[in-house]
Amino acid sequence: MAGKIHRPRPNKDRLRRTMMFMNAQRPGLIKDAYIYGCDSIMLDLEDAVAVNQKDAARFSLYHALTTVDYGDTEVIVRINGTDTEYWREDVRVCVAGGADGIRIPKCESAEQVKEVEAAVEEAEREFGVEVGWTLLMAALESPLGIMNAYEICTASDRMLGCAISGGDFRTSMRVQIEPDGIEINTARSMMLLAARAAGVQCLDTMYPNLDDEEGFRREVDLIVRMGFDGKSLINPKQIAYVHERLAPTPKQIAHSEKIVRSCREQADAGVGVYVVDGKMVDPPFFREAERIIELAKKCGVYHGDL
Amino acid sequence: MVIEKTAMAGTLESSDAQVTVSPADTLEIVIESSVINQYGRQIKQTVVETLGRLGVESGLVSVVDKGALDCTLKARVECAVFRSCDASMENIPWGGVIQ
Repeated sequence: MAGKIHRPRPNKDRLRRTMMFMNAQRPGLIKDAYIYGCDSIMLDLEDAVAVNQKDAARFSLYHALTTVDYGDTEVIVRINGTDTEYWREDVRVCVAGGADGIRIPKCESAEQVKEVEAAVEEAEREFGVEVGWTLLMAALESPLGIMNAYEICTASDRMLGCAISGGDFRTSMRVQIEPDGIEINTARSMMLLAARAAGVQCLDTMYPNLDDEEGFRREVDLIVRMGFDGKSLINPKQIAYVHERLAPTPKQIAHSEKIVRSCREQADAGVGVYVVDGKMVDPPFFREAERIIELAKKCGVYHGDL
Repeated sequence: MVIEKTAMAGTLESSDAQVTVSPADTLEIVIESSVINQYGRQIKQTVVETLGRLGVESGLVSVVDKGALDCTLKARVECAVFRSCDASMENIPWGGVIQ
């Protein structure tokens, strides 16, 4: 590895409940990023960095990546769009610095993903990083990006998932943010279907109104019910609620444990479908119960012995 | 590298440093910092080492430090020098002289 800090191998399927944006150009921010306890941080070379500071941001980023120990916090870098003159050098610095993953902004096609992947592989060879180390994710910010979500999510083995970017998407749809999310409901749903079909993770957009705690919670409740894996954030104070809402409840855990245990017994006895607490249980319930237990373990809220 | 023209990098925000480099016949380093008594020597050492890696042998290097970490200081010095050579935008030797 090129970096001085030893990073654990990037894991496509790790927990990504919260991904917090950080301006890669602001030294005061990036050095403290990991202490907040979000699952991933996203160091931004794109919109947060003025056009005349793109070069400076890369120097800061390189040294942050190679000297700050982010521990278990995943480090993703948002590069500039593939329609700019900046993104190729962004890829070089990400790979040389040992970033866990690269977020492709304004992604609209599988070709864009493949173009970035080729540049990443070239950089991995240049800097002596194991080929395949660096993960990719796509930010879908336009109707075309949403329409092509499945092709985008399956364009590379490195893809960890996709995220919708609400600001740009709403602009292209000529709508404003609504309390119930109706304006991007279809896009969220289509992206979720595509991500699940592709077997990758699906992350929601950030909530822009920092002082509107009620609105933020309403949006988190919505995306948790819809089935998102996590959410982009812009402030550490937003982390706790997302983690709380995405963790399985004690009731869910107890029920899942019961299903997993009974199912093992029934399977030993050769029974397929049976009843737990008055509800029919068959293989899909068993898989869901196992997933809940796994998630509870990853969230640190499981204290049983399964 | 040879400092070809005046160039600047960094800001005067807290935790940052603003570095200005200009052409000169000899190497001169001027440091201004609110923590000069405590960290002046360390700041100077980082600047000297960074310039050494870049092969800068002459120039006026002025640093206004606002409590920057070592890694920030290095980034600002490097960026200013690369900017002075119009070489800051691509093909940076990450992990080479930048480390």
